[in-house]
Amino acid sequence: MIEEIGIDDQGDLMVNIGPQHPATHGVLRLLVTLNGETVKKVDPNLGYIHRSIEKMCESLTYRQFIYVTSRMDYLSAHINNHACALCVEKGLQVEVPLRGQYIRVIMDELTRVASHLLWWGAQAMDLGAFTPYFYAFRERELITDIMEETCGARLTMNYMVPGGVMHDLHPDFQRKVKAIINQTKEKFHEYDELVTGNIIFENRMKNVGFISKEDAVSYGCSGPTARGSGVHCDIRKLYPYDIYDKVDFKEVVETRGDSLARYLVRMNEIHQSIHIIEQLIDNIPDGDFQAKTKAVLKLPKGEFYQRVETARGELGVYIVSEGGMTPYRIKFRSPGFSNLSILNHMAKGSKIGDLVAAMGTLDLVIPDIDR
Amino acid sequence: MVSYSLENITNIIHNWLYAMFNPVVAMLCEFVLVGVAAIALFGILGLVLVYMERKVAAVIQIRLGPNRVGPMGIMQTLADTLKLILKESLTPTGADRFLFNVAPFIVMIVAMLILAPIAFAKGFQIWDINIGVFYITAISSLSVIGVLMAGWSSGNKYSLLGAMRSGAQIVSYELSAGLSILTIVVLTGSLKVSDIIAAQQNGWWIFKGHIPAIIAFVIFLIAGTAETNRAPFDLAEAESELTAGFHTEYSGMKFALFFLAEYINIFVMCTICAMLFLGGWMPLHIGHWQAFNHIMDYIPSSIWFTGKTTFLIFVIMWFRWTFPRLRIDQLLNLEWKYLLPIGMFNLLLVTIIAIMGWYF
Repeated sequence: MIEEIGIDDQGDLMVNIGPQHPATHGVLRLLVTLNGETVKKVDPNLGYIHRSIEKMCESLTYRQFIYVTSRMDYLSAHINNHACALCVEKGLQVEVPLRGQYIRVIMDELTRVASHLLWWGAQAMDLGAFTPYFYAFRERELITDIMEETCGARLTMNYMVPGGVMHDLHPDFQRKVKAIINQTKEKFHEYDELVTGNIIFENRMKNVGFISKEDAVSYGCSGPTARGSGVHCDIRKLYPYDIYDKVDFKEVVETRGDSLARYLVRMNEIHQSIHIIEQLIDNIPDGDFQAKTKAVLKLPKGEFYQRVETARGELGVYIVSEGGMTPYRIKFRSPGFSNLSILNHMAKGSKIGDLVAAMGTLDLVIPDIDR
Repeated sequence: MVSYSLENITNIIHNWLYAMFNPVVAMLCEFVLVGVAAIALFGILGLVLVYMERKVAAVIQIRLGPNRVGPMGIMQTLADTLKLILKESLTPTGADRFLFNVAPFIVMIVAMLILAPIAFAKGFQIWDINIGVFYITAISSLSVIGVLMAGWSSGNKYSLLGAMRSGAQIVSYELSAGLSILTIVVLTGSLKVSDIIAAQQNGWWIFKGHIPAIIAFVIFLIAGTAETNRAPFDLAEAESELTAGFHTEYSGMKFALFFLAEYINIFVMCTICAMLFLGGWMPLHIGHWQAFNHIMDYIPSSIWFTGKTTFLIFVIMWFRWTFPRLRIDQLLNLEWKYLLPIGMFNLLLVTIIAIMGWYF
């Protein structure tokens, strides 16, 4: 009976936020215990979009399983594919040609910019401002256009293959990327005027959803969520892959640990990503875009692990091979799952509005959490 | 000077009715006429304001807005209304049926009642009651009852939370709205709407009353936005937190009534603001510029009224599509820690200014 009317044994109101709710950005269900407007406990319930991707991968070959991973974190599909390709290459001991590496990194960073832009719009929407979403999509749309021209898809790209990328770039690629970079830089002041400098926005973000450095580490946070708390955890810097050790960029770290810090980290990361693309776009070397690999890939017996920095944090790919055509076991360490785990700690004692705002700054993509 | 005036029309109808019938029947006829006119106005206002909101939002959000149904999409809101009328009005199982069904009508009736003392044009006023602005403040605070009823009777936790927020918000902000209305009452020395407008013949209060009037104007605009539950104070709806707040469970025409009442409330709020601070239907007059004043007089009073109101409505819409939402504690802080003390101080200031005669 008590369960039915949604009051727990201490007389607090229990509210289901989700699985279908505008604030959860997907099918996440939060069982929130409320005392008036104050959040007492947040209990995330998962599994509404579980597709057992890891199990599916076990029956797919090393070429095929990469495509499934686009459906995990669909906002950084390129980077997921990149992680898997790198892990397979590690097993095959294949060296990717320099041109392939350049293309991969450019596409990764474009994905990161697109993902952060979408997050920026969604974050403003969580706070009740609808207009920024359209501004973010104005620039994001151009990036997805480039993706479409390059690899035929706008969201689930499947462009990375073991040994490089699937096709070469189209001749107009450099010009278009430069145009986008210029437009994004030009329009960036609009973002700052509309949202960053807004006094209501600042008050909603400051001193809200605090994560200390220790908590960020112990809950396994990564990516901008952890960097907002002052943890140096950029995989591109710590464990560089492809040509990240040759490009010049700064790891963006803020020390405040609140929602505003995480916001600023992401906004500055857009600048850094653009900076990386600017360095590479004019210097793409000639040559092969894909290394010669066998038609049927077989990884030697053993365990392989590769981590990359997605737009949301550290993505780990762990492959156990028995020497066959398909992996024996695959495990993904997804950034969203670990980042979500800190939600209860972070939102306890705040108001409902802050729960939504703070959850937004974790940048959750639910298919990434459930897989 | 022969100028177009709605006053003539109302006078003709009034005289004709009293000449034809005995006074009781004539009065009843006038009641019916006014009621029909008010309902017609509601329908038209709802359609026009929803369309305006969507177009304003589209311009701000760099998109086109409705453009399929009819030229420039002007029939879009009509189509939407038709859809809402034809939709089934569900009552959830857990709801208190009576209160659930009554709530939208209460909100609607309140919005309708405030219309009474509003002067739409020169001599075009339903009821020029001698406590006009007091009546407005008194009635406008009733709408919270409808909202609380809707939230409570829905049997939905989101609705309940939304209604509680709305209650706290409207009760707090009407204090500020009342204080800023008082500022003008002090300057005019009358509660009667026609007197307040008549006092602005040689200049609107926002210019004549200088500093205190401007402060009161800004406070009234903020408090009015909060009272009508519009962004950035739309906590009662708070889409990203409470899905749709107090009207989560409403569908069909009952939802449409809430929707309509929101727009009517915006309209009423803006008309009051225009009446108190921008001279209602009074043309813009500048001191002794006789020629200029004379030209301004040629523009009909109804145009002046509509223009001012539309401008204020546009400002309110502009707010909505620009600002993020406040948190509930920030909302109450803003009222109790900033607006209310400033409003009280402002009232003191305006009293001194009125006594000393330091206004123009």
